Amino acid sequence: MLGFARLFASRLVKAAAILIAIVVMNFFLVHAAPGDPAMVMAGEAGAADEKFVAQLREQFGLDRPLYEQLGTYVGKIVQGDLGFSYRQQRPVWDILAERLPATLVLTLTAFLLALAAGVALGTLAAVAVGTWADSAITVIALLAYATPIYWIGLMLSLLFSIQLGWLPAFGYETIGAGYTGLAHVADVAVHLILPVITLALFYMAGYARLTRASMLEVRGLDFVKTAKAKGLTQSRIVTRHVLRNAILPVITVAGIQAGQLVGGSILIETVFAWPGIGRLAFEAVLQRDYQVLLGIFLVTSIMVILFNILTDILYGLVDPRIQVSQ
Amino acid sequence: MSQFDLMRTPVETAAMNTPLLDVRGLSIALPPGADRPLAVDDLTFTLNPDEILCVVGESGSGKSMTAHAMMGLLPAPHVRVAGGSLLFKGKDVLAMPEAEQRSLRGGRIAMVFQEPMTALNPLMRVGRQIGESLREHTALPAPARRARVVELLAQVGLPNPAELAEAYPFRLSGGQRQRVMIAMALACQPDILIADEPTTALDVTTQKQILDLIRSIQAERHMGMMFITHDFGVVAEIAHRVAVMRHGKLVEYGAASDVLNRPQHPYTRQLIASVPHYIEHRDDHAKTGAPLLVADKVRKIFHVGGGLFKKSKEVIAGDDLSLTIHPGETVGLVGESGSGKSTLGRSIVGLIKPDSGRILFEGTDLLALDRKGFRPYRRAVQMVFQDPYASLNPRHRVGDIVAQGPVAFGEDRTRALTRARELLAMVGLDGSAADRFPHEFSGGQRQRIGIARALAMEPKLLVADEPVSALDVSVQGQVLELLDDIRRRLNLAMLFITHDLRVAAQVCDTIAVMRRGRIVEMGTAREVFTHPRDAYTRSLLDAIPGKSWHIPDDLQKIPAGAH
Repeated sequence: MLGFARLFASRLVKAAAILIAIVVMNFFLVHAAPGDPAMVMAGEAGAADEKFVAQLREQFGLDRPLYEQLGTYVGKIVQGDLGFSYRQQRPVWDILAERLPATLVLTLTAFLLALAAGVALGTLAAVAVGTWADSAITVIALLAYATPIYWIGLMLSLLFSIQLGWLPAFGYETIGAGYTGLAHVADVAVHLILPVITLALFYMAGYARLTRASMLEVRGLDFVKTAKAKGLTQSRIVTRHVLRNAILPVITVAGIQAGQLVGGSILIETVFAWPGIGRLAFEAVLQRDYQVLLGIFLVTSIMVILFNILTDILYGLVDPRIQVSQ
Repeated sequence: MSQFDLMRTPVETAAMNTPLLDVRGLSIALPPGADRPLAVDDLTFTLNPDEILCVVGESGSGKSMTAHAMMGLLPAPHVRVAGGSLLFKGKDVLAMPEAEQRSLRGGRIAMVFQEPMTALNPLMRVGRQIGESLREHTALPAPARRARVVELLAQVGLPNPAELAEAYPFRLSGGQRQRVMIAMALACQPDILIADEPTTALDVTTQKQILDLIRSIQAERHMGMMFITHDFGVVAEIAHRVAVMRHGKLVEYGAASDVLNRPQHPYTRQLIASVPHYIEHRDDHAKTGAPLLVADKVRKIFHVGGGLFKKSKEVIAGDDLSLTIHPGETVGLVGESGSGKSTLGRSIVGLIKPDSGRILFEGTDLLALDRKGFRPYRRAVQMVFQDPYASLNPRHRVGDIVAQGPVAFGEDRTRALTRARELLAMVGLDGSAADRFPHEFSGGQRQRIGIARALAMEPKLLVADEPVSALDVSVQGQVLELLDDIRRRLNLAMLFITHDLRVAAQVCDTIAVMRRGRIVEMGTAREVFTHPRDAYTRSLLDAIPGKSWHIPDDLQKIPAGAH
């Protein structure tokens, strides 16, 4: 357990180092924009006379040396101040805080669903390798993987909301309904179904294929022969010996994808008019809203780091050899 | 009647009339397109209680297939039993429903495998892995199972059994893992124990310990044991009866003393004749001229693990290593795995840079040279690698593999290819070999290619790192003969690295024994084998399996050095 705590601590230290690097990069990105930030801000604010720009420079300390500015910037970030969006006339942090929950609910649900269904289907295919069940799963996975994600989304919403009228076609909640408590949760859940399935299908296909391949590889290893020679039942061999070992590469890939999911759902959020970070990023790019973009950059970076740490911990729990080699 | 039969009580003799295991006309079919239709062809033998039956044969002889058929481990549907029966206490295992077969596996018939490093689930504590067997075949509650696991671990001679039960396999050495495997096999008190080359992957001293353990447990529990091996030394140590297999057929079957001392079948005779015997050391080598290579106080430390915030662990792979090799001399570097013998070999070839010391080749310190200065010496010192399957590029033709070295040193390509063909002929491969790919050759043939590749550079010193340990015993003998022949014809000096003292005895003039990164003893083969000075050397010699067995006189080879 001591090794585990040490592993966790060393991961946190590394994460902090990476975060600082990201913040510093963020700072220089602002400076890499054409003109200095004051010009950008003045442009964004719509007033561009020399005096105003000079005033902005003084106000934001842009006439100070670079290292001093960097110190101020980092100080602000640490306090949770991500800057101000002149486009939306609101602090960046407020905008992000409003959008983040919607994205997290969507992506995390989709991610967990994709992981569970993918591993289950992959296991099924590997156990029944060479049969019709294996072929069916392989074909479905291939289709889900190869079909453009927005097309699946459009087709699903065409079928389930427009033709059948079972589910809402877009949005996060029924606007103007004013639900509270459980009714609100149920309302969001109903809205969640289509985007979650659309997003999950794609990732599920990947996990299913990976699990199948990995299980087939592990199935041929010596210790599985040992397990058979012990007279264990097929189901115990599959769950305790094969799957347990085959899951390691799936965790690796899932860990990398979990971080990306936060920023990677732009298409889904656009198709289903989901008020999340992805769409915010999309809009911010169109409007050249640098402050918001940098805020999103920082938040998604933190998410990636967070999920990487989670993956490492999970890996350490599943594979006892990891703690030693770290 | 043998001595064993006379010692039994009548009851025991009666029990022996219904053998524990009765294999009748067993045939196992290989998938179409394999090198032969039947992996096992009409095999008939019996196994009695309280008996060790050694099944001997080279790789591909079908000996493991037989064991796998018994355990229901054949890779279905490609490989299947085509005929015959496997009677366990009179009942045909092959005709049983799956559930009944499963209750036999691990319950009544247990198996120990060859590779202890991979035979345990890396993600499961060893205690649990043993407990699984008990959980499947007994009604013991969990606490009783745990107690039994600790008891079993103690029985197989593992220290701190309670603590060890909680360990993961990667914490254990090869010998310890094999003990765990044996504990696992013994968990349900089986009637039959099948051991498939259980000591082949182990060092010689560990091998002796495991063999002693297996023998004492077998005797204590009166189990019937089927012991699969390719090593006649091991057979001589433990067998009561011997079955010799070749190409899926049983060629000789009888009491151990008969088969070992009066082998009838030509194949058995050939196998026994190729067993290296450590008594046959060579005559002393007459050292002439200046030494070709001098290693002087070579030291190498590896840093393991470590990172940005963590100090790495130091492993001393070689310390104060000094030896000399004269032209035409073969120096054997003998030791167990991890003793640092390969480190020294690789340092001499220039694959590893030692931390300190000198390696003088014809008076020039190789370690002081830069890359460019070292280049000419790459030619002069060549290496033959251990694994003939991994050391040849699978995408290159054999002719190219052999010719690449000289071409890299500026030789004309057509000339190099012609020379490659000559060399391939010299190592005993036919003319078409140059146009084929490595996968078309057997292990022994690949090792010949590896030797031809090294010779193409016209080296003065050949470093052979375990060149025969991946090969079958008869092929091993052929490759050793080839090396010896080439050495004599080209007056090559050779550093021969091996863990097998019997092999070293056969080919080496001088022997250096290594342990934990140090050379503990160095002397002529005669000195080391007849009057070992170091205690470790003595324990190594003592651990050689089958040393009390005298190979029949008519099958003994004339020692290579005595020509």
